[in-house]
Amino acid sequence: MIVTTPPPGPVRTPLTASGAHGEPTREPDAAYLDHAATTPMSAAALAAYVAEAQRTGNASSLHSAGRTSRRAVEEARETLAKALGARPSEVIFTSGGTESDNLAIKGIFWGRRAQDTRRTRVLVSAVEHHAVLDPAFWLAGHAGAEIVLLPVDAEGRLDLDALRAELAAHAAETALISVMWANNEVGTLQPVRDVVRAARPYGIPVHTDAVQAVGQTEVDFAESGVDAMTVSAHKLGGPVGVGALLARRDLALDAVLHGGGQERGVRSGTLDAASIAAFGVAARHAVECLPQRAARLRALRDALVARVSVAAPSAVLRGPEPASGDRLPGNAHFTFPGAEGDSLLYLLDSAGVQASTGSACQAGVPQPSHVLLAMGVPEAEARGALRFTLGATSTEADVDRLVTALPQVVARAQAAGLVSGRALGGAS
Amino acid sequence: MRVLAAMSGGVDSAVAAALAVEAGHDVVGVHMALSRNRDQFRTGSRGCCSIEDAGDARRAADVLGIPYYVWDLSERFEDTVVADFLSEYEAGRTPNPCVRCNEHIKFEALLDKATALGFDAVATGHYAQIVTREVPGAHGPRTVRELHRSPNDAKDQSYVLAVAGPERLARAMFPLGGFASKDEVRAEAARRGLSVSAKPDSYDICFVADGDTRGFLQSRLGSRPGEVVDVDGEVVGEHDGAYAFTVGQRKGLGLGRPAADGKARYVVDVQPATNTVVVGPAELLSVDRIAGEKALWFDGVLEHEPDGWFDAEVQVRAHGAPVPARVRAAGDLPDMPGPALEIELTGAPLRGVAAGQSVVVYRGSRVLGQATVSRAWRAAAAR
Repeated sequence: MIVTTPPPGPVRTPLTASGAHGEPTREPDAAYLDHAATTPMSAAALAAYVAEAQRTGNASSLHSAGRTSRRAVEEARETLAKALGARPSEVIFTSGGTESDNLAIKGIFWGRRAQDTRRTRVLVSAVEHHAVLDPAFWLAGHAGAEIVLLPVDAEGRLDLDALRAELAAHAAETALISVMWANNEVGTLQPVRDVVRAARPYGIPVHTDAVQAVGQTEVDFAESGVDAMTVSAHKLGGPVGVGALLARRDLALDAVLHGGGQERGVRSGTLDAASIAAFGVAARHAVECLPQRAARLRALRDALVARVSVAAPSAVLRGPEPASGDRLPGNAHFTFPGAEGDSLLYLLDSAGVQASTGSACQAGVPQPSHVLLAMGVPEAEARGALRFTLGATSTEADVDRLVTALPQVVARAQAAGLVSGRALGGAS
Repeated sequence: MRVLAAMSGGVDSAVAAALAVEAGHDVVGVHMALSRNRDQFRTGSRGCCSIEDAGDARRAADVLGIPYYVWDLSERFEDTVVADFLSEYEAGRTPNPCVRCNEHIKFEALLDKATALGFDAVATGHYAQIVTREVPGAHGPRTVRELHRSPNDAKDQSYVLAVAGPERLARAMFPLGGFASKDEVRAEAARRGLSVSAKPDSYDICFVADGDTRGFLQSRLGSRPGEVVDVDGEVVGEHDGAYAFTVGQRKGLGLGRPAADGKARYVVDVQPATNTVVVGPAELLSVDRIAGEKALWFDGVLEHEPDGWFDAEVQVRAHGAPVPARVRAAGDLPDMPGPALEIELTGAPLRGVAAGQSVVVYRGSRVLGQATVSRAWRAAAAR
């Protein structure tokens, strides 16, 4: 297509890297409260990316160009392993969280069933991300798996008794258990160590999706005792399109992607050295900064929660009490009775506040969150959900902007909810 | 103004949105999701309701640099447009779902939600013009809003818009109202780099796959076998459900033997109470009297017309020609929902006017009012 005139619409100022030691960049003139969706890339990660992307070299080639790329990959592998309490040989680089979850669910299922054909049960918490739920249900449809959705309490926390009862009755038929480290919508930290303790006597492998957790809370692969763990670069200041599955060497894990045999034969495909190098830098930085950052985010989040409940008294906080410590420090999540999430989202966006409904869209239509429904939130109330997630670049000014806009936003969204008659959460 | 641009994914609404942006308005694009199960809506790039169309709308919004949202109006659409479509056919009438969509979805559900959210107007890609005029009133001058035909006769959509009425159209914008041809609109789209510029027009009913209305009705209403009779009551055939027949229909009657006079037979009546379809010769389809229900009048029409009959033109289908008539607003009549409308055709009679269709009253290019046909007959040969 030949473009003769520039397209109409706002032209964004190009982002510039700032801060010598990887302080991330952000879009000006907006309060970005959606760090659980993606985070700004840190300047150090961007620099590492650019340096590597300027080089030619396939990490699997044996000549010097290949060796240079290989070295960048292996250094990043060591860095990532160290940051997450894993051994370098346990790191399998992938294209991101979704691929890592698919590899874990399908790969462990196939590997375990190959050892014993009775193992067809897949135990997943009801509040997992779709990247875990959907491959599990795909296995049910295509590979004879039986999916057990483990219930959660009203704060989204796994019901350990239900897990133990399930294992007591069906351990021999269980292929794997997958319970996320922290929930992406309401921020609930799951009792992953207790899950491992319950599973260990039966020798059942445990996978955890830690995509939201790394950089927000302490995550140690070896100490947790899990057999496999999903991590993603762009949730912690790295680039989109790269992630890893940490997997114990003794785990029965079949490949999902077949080909050149990279990543110990479990994940074929030419290694993306630039993204991997940036991932390593971002992960190290996120973990190094964790204590200060978590404390800062917790204080900022607590202020956000307190001020939202003043600005919009009808708002209902969902997920664990912030003071309980069972919640990601940067996560706040509310439902607004009588309002629809997409109305709230639009009104906030036009006021320069970027947030999320937290749940998946189907063709652009927000669906009521399966997480909230599993927590027992009625469907009409679940339609009025908004998630605010803080990160490295978040400031008090972002919260100011939110609470200034919120009263009118909620009033308007509730008026629209009355007209559309769909969000029947008892508009007040 | 804050303007919501309804974006179907077609070329018209994309250019309408572009023109609203260029007029300096603060524009947000909204695509309406109208089906709960979008796979059931027709696929391909002909419509306004498929996944592809939603993607085309998003792409156009991206090119225009405006925010884009999808609003799920599928429940309302099912409860109003689809439910009306089914119940009207069941009642032996011939509905126009595009009119009902304008009435209940675009200029009610969408418009009301937009207003509640703080938008001043909804812009659509319809071909029609809204003209505002200052007129003297009892309490000083006031503004009346008139709906006029598009200068593009082939595309004019005033017929399906009249149902929205003056109050709702006060919050509507039709940026394509002055375009004289579709080619001009396509050229405007191409000039702006909108990839939908060459997208084919949509014609079919969006929720009826492959244009198979009878198949859709059968899937929703089930098989109800009954008789096809001639005007003398003699059984001449069978059918699978009287609801699938429309007055004026000639094809698909499935009659075994020809009429005694050898002439073509048409559906002249559908009798839902007895599940009977009545066929007869074409002459029986000619009408010169029409009664309408749920009549709606534009600003000032009734005040300025003398009490009783006035001269106008009427149009009974979307792309039909207007015909001269005498028209009277009859107030509320028994057994008829809403204010009534009476029409006497003063020129040649019309053929195949079915209850359920919309009748729109014009004077020249200006829409005076509209109603839903409740009955049509021939004065000379009263039934």
